[in-house]
Amino acid sequence: MNPGKILLVEDNPDDVALTLRALKSHNITNDVVVAPDGAQALDYLFGTDGGKHAPELPAVVLLDLKLPKVNGMEVLQRIRSEESTRLLPVVILTSSDEERDVIEGYSLGANSYVRKPVDFVEFTQAAKQLGLYWLLMNRAPPPPRRP
Amino acid sequence: MALRDWPIKQKMTAILVLISGLVLLLTSAAFAGYQYWYLRQATRDALSVRGRIIAANSTASLAFSNVADARELLSALRADRHIVAAVLYDKGGNVFAAYPAGVAGDVVPALPGPDGYRFEGGRLIGFQPVEEAGSQRLGTLYLASDLEAIYDTFRLSGVIGLAVMAVALLAAYLVSRVLQGTISQPILALAETAQVVSTRQDYSVRAPKLGEDELGALTDAFNQMLGRIEDQNRALRASQDELQRYANELEQRVEARTHELQERHEALRRNAAELLAANSELDAFAYSVSHDLRAPLRSIDGFSQVLLEDYATKLDESGQDSLRRVRAASQRMGILIDDLLKLARVTRAEMRTEPVDLSDMARDIVNEIQRTAPERQVACAIAPGLTAEGDARLLRVVLDNLLRNSWKYTAKQPEPRVEFGSVEANGGRAFMVRDNGAGFDMKYADKLFGVFQRLHSAADFEGTGVGLATVRRIINRHGGRIWAEGAVGQGATFYFTL
Repeated sequence: MNPGKILLVEDNPDDVALTLRALKSHNITNDVVVAPDGAQALDYLFGTDGGKHAPELPAVVLLDLKLPKVNGMEVLQRIRSEESTRLLPVVILTSSDEERDVIEGYSLGANSYVRKPVDFVEFTQAAKQLGLYWLLMNRAPPPPRRP
Repeated sequence: MALRDWPIKQKMTAILVLISGLVLLLTSAAFAGYQYWYLRQATRDALSVRGRIIAANSTASLAFSNVADARELLSALRADRHIVAAVLYDKGGNVFAAYPAGVAGDVVPALPGPDGYRFEGGRLIGFQPVEEAGSQRLGTLYLASDLEAIYDTFRLSGVIGLAVMAVALLAAYLVSRVLQGTISQPILALAETAQVVSTRQDYSVRAPKLGEDELGALTDAFNQMLGRIEDQNRALRASQDELQRYANELEQRVEARTHELQERHEALRRNAAELLAANSELDAFAYSVSHDLRAPLRSIDGFSQVLLEDYATKLDESGQDSLRRVRAASQRMGILIDDLLKLARVTRAEMRTEPVDLSDMARDIVNEIQRTAPERQVACAIAPGLTAEGDARLLRVVLDNLLRNSWKYTAKQPEPRVEFGSVEANGGRAFMVRDNGAGFDMKYADKLFGVFQRLHSAADFEGTGVGLATVRRIINRHGGRIWAEGAVGQGATFYFTL
């Protein structure tokens, strides 16, 4: 079984390091692709970096909201509007506890909304559960048919 | 035109002339009647005298059957042109002599009638016995006279009467023309004055008074009435002017007030706009805090934990303790940030007012607290059926904070009790959350609701000091009031109105 990759869209390198450590500590060994801003995330998903390769879609996108260049909501909107990524599981993983972010995220079609706890022990737990759930338990949508 | 519509002058003249005419007519009629009766008597008397004379003179002619004499005698009647016929009958009733000669049979009766004088067939006729002194009847004298004498006199009287009447009526007319003025003139003057008053609305005119009679009294009364109306009019106009003045004043005041209100409204609008701007700034600030302030905390906590996990062997107990303190502090700061965000959210949140069942809500919250802390046994008394108007979400924050506080501060009480109910306060209803927990010193009652104000150490009771500040802000937003009573070691009671 090939559980696929994780696309981590996160600009804060500390958060990246901690997330990777949390995932690793629970033996979630899948490839984690890190996109430090929204633009690079979109490039990865839609292969606009020269259009040379049509990339393999990740099993799940862990999406921060506050990002440089293109913010998380715009990325989500873009993912949902493109035929190839329409069904891609997206989990919003953010510091924000604002109700409007939760509402907007779900409205734009997020599959889940997780708030990053300050407590690292809790954070590790959250990362582990997310990884287990989305990579192992969740049945991914079928890959889009390419023309 | 009917009589009642005639002008009063003509009416009075007509009445006077009519009355005069009627009086004259009645007088004339009485006089004519009397004259007629008198003339008939006089004519009859005259004819009978004449008959007696001729009868006396004709005894000889009859006694001696001297017809020529008799004719002679009768012909003397020629002097009286009114005598139509005269006849002498003899003893046997035959015509003996007649005047005028050959008079027609229709004028002369064939036989003498009964003695006496009478009017008959438009004539005066009479049969006079002709007797001698010795009272032996010799015959009968018949006389017939027309009534022209009466008629002539009567006609003359009629002409005179009519002439008198005409003159009298003319005089009556002229006199009445003059005299009616004494009555009609004041009336006309009154009418004219009334006309002027009604057409020009001028109550200052007065009707001229022309005498001291009833019309004079009427004129006086009319003038007095006009005077009163004029006075009242003047008073009315004065009060109208005053009213107008008040109205103007009022209008000015309203205008000034409107202007003032507009200015205030404008100021309010500006304030509202400023508030809105401030609110949206606060919004942006809170949003940033929520995102950006927590991220470094997570790094501090996270990497401290990494150190504790990966380098435990290189750190002594004191170093590990320091790292644990770093972690505890950063976590505590995370909670502080969350509480502050809640406080900011309470201020920003849009209010939706609806009926809220507070009793239901309190029961729900207590059940929830009980579920998360099943090891504690707290006696809860919640009064049923307490409802209020307000924002359900915000009121839930209020009850949640107060009930959780009670729960927390009764932790060291052997028989903890928490109560929710309502009391009468200042003529209104106040809701109340009471416990028998740690309580507080009333000295510090005013500090209870300040942000980050705590009356207990974190070691005794944990907390951030934001909860009651949040509660007070929500109560304020509902236009209510919150206050607390308590004593150290004897519990606390929080009251609030909505």
